[in-house]
Amino acid sequence: MARALAVLRSVLPFLVGLPILFAVQAVTPADYALILVSVGVNVVLAVSLNVVNGFTGQFSLGHAGFMAVGAYTAAKITTGLVGVDLPFVAQGVSDQVVFALALSAGMGTAALAGFLVGMPSLRLRGDYLAIVTLGFGEIIRSIIENMKFLGQATGLSGLPPRTNMVWVGVSAIATVVMARRLAVSTQGRALFAIREDEVAAEAMGVDTTGYKVRAFVISAAYAGLAGALISHAILLATPKMFTFVRSIEVVVMVVLGGLGSITGSVLAACVLTIALELLREFQAYRMVVYALLLIALMLLRPQGIFGTRELWDLAIVRRLFRTRQLAATGPAGASPTEVRDDSTKGAV
Amino acid sequence: MIEFLQHFVNGLSVGTIYALIALGYTMVYGVLKLINFAHGDVYMVGAFSGYYLGIIGGGGEPSFFRAAYVTLGAMILCAALGFVIERFAYRPLRHRARLTALITAIGVSFLLEFGFQLSPWIRTPVQFPPGPSPRFFPALIDFGGEPSIDVFGATMTKIDLLGLGVALLLMLVLQFIVFRTRFGTAMRAVSFDPQVAGLMGIPVNRIISWTFMLGSALAAAAGIINASSRPKIEPLFGLIPGLKAFVAAVLGGIGSVPGAMAGGMLLGLTEEYVAGYTDSSYRDAIAFAVLILVLLFRPAGLFGRATVEKV
Repeated sequence: MARALAVLRSVLPFLVGLPILFAVQAVTPADYALILVSVGVNVVLAVSLNVVNGFTGQFSLGHAGFMAVGAYTAAKITTGLVGVDLPFVAQGVSDQVVFALALSAGMGTAALAGFLVGMPSLRLRGDYLAIVTLGFGEIIRSIIENMKFLGQATGLSGLPPRTNMVWVGVSAIATVVMARRLAVSTQGRALFAIREDEVAAEAMGVDTTGYKVRAFVISAAYAGLAGALISHAILLATPKMFTFVRSIEVVVMVVLGGLGSITGSVLAACVLTIALELLREFQAYRMVVYALLLIALMLLRPQGIFGTRELWDLAIVRRLFRTRQLAATGPAGASPTEVRDDSTKGAV
Repeated sequence: MIEFLQHFVNGLSVGTIYALIALGYTMVYGVLKLINFAHGDVYMVGAFSGYYLGIIGGGGEPSFFRAAYVTLGAMILCAALGFVIERFAYRPLRHRARLTALITAIGVSFLLEFGFQLSPWIRTPVQFPPGPSPRFFPALIDFGGEPSIDVFGATMTKIDLLGLGVALLLMLVLQFIVFRTRFGTAMRAVSFDPQVAGLMGIPVNRIISWTFMLGSALAAAAGIINASSRPKIEPLFGLIPGLKAFVAAVLGGIGSVPGAMAGGMLLGLTEEYVAGYTDSSYRDAIAFAVLILVLLFRPAGLFGRATVEKV
């Protein structure tokens, strides 16, 4: 019974979401489609980065690198198989199957890249990781820029237009469900334990490096998914799309929403993406504003807007659903930036 | 053999730049246990302050006086910048969670990088901020005649030789400051245990400020030395040297002053040899390959001691 409920809880968002997504897909004018797609992609990015930066309390700055890996893998597959039709099915269905394959392959290679990067660097303390992942993100980009096979600096163009609202929406829902299911699972508890106190977690028998690598791989896989989606929306994959500026954008979303809060990441991703669209003429100031936002947030409200709280922790939502299991989860500890002293022993 | 020597000479000149930047990382890490993310950008600001100082004063003609004025001026400006960053961005967060300081450092770093890319607000006497397009660093010293000399068959430009000399001199001065002066003793005490150092009457805040200023001044000197031999400067050019210098600091053992010097030199040489004898298009990836190897086999670095973290 409990098992069935758990499955239902994972499937329900898709069952509710799919008809809505098809409806949205049908009514959205083409002008707004790209904005909605980029909102969805940013939700995928922010929530997946939150698994590493928020849940585990590590700090990755290389999300764009994994996006690039996913984007190029998927782009190679879709452009390679562009004329191929599967037998017995219509052309449209065949295209979608190929795209699904490309997305999964993108996730797979991004996860592999995440594993290769995470394995050595996650043995380090949190703040090393930031600089190392930033470096790796740039390295992945510079390798792409040097590969003839991947189009060097001009990148790959002429990708088939496969990304639509349904794919993006399903991906966003999948990411949120993944993060939510992770947070209430044994694995998630281990991640929170690492965030709260790595030494104590280790003493309790948590395989800290193992769990950190797992979280990193999951997060990289979803970054790859996001990269594959956005490249098939703008029909282009160039190294310029995946610079560290892109990683910082995602970091700002996660920090603004609250490290550790899925709701926060989703909302911040939506708000920031739409705000950027509206403030196009101030594009030059964008990164300066992001930088100031990061500094101001840390000085004034380090836990971000939501801290680690979630929408479903609100009393009213809980009463609405009356699920005891949800109530039992409660707010999951403090955000890694919450006001408390974990500075090194004796630091003044 | 001549090729080997040529790579050695080139590697040394790049390595000193990494070493000078790495010293700042290592010293700040020593006293605060914080990776000063903005350090690579202080290096960039150093080169730009040199550029501006060269425009404003010091006489138009390259001369020894002009070089000294530009270098010292840039070092002082960057020391002031380091002080401001520490005072207003890091000090208020010293009692907070570790991650807050890191995020602020990232913020400061991007503020410098992208603030410098804005189109100019001030137009006279200089254009500030400089904007995204590259600028050319003025020549500081005129050597007259041959610009380069012959070292057993390998060529080395005189400006590189001078840069190498200045960098080595600065490292000697730093070594003296850290190990032979009262300030250096206080700094090492703070890095050992800030709380107890405070109880012993050491003005911990002031020492931390001075450490930041010292590190930033070294980064500025590195910026000037690098810009006078490779004169193209732009607001993002501190990013990659900053990352590589961090690798150098980790390679030498972060927190160790001799380690940072050795790590910087070693990294510069490794990069030059590997890129020189194989494919140079992956040059930037070499430092990170080195980093992975260090992390896998000797995470404490060459000069560091493996420490056990306690609760």
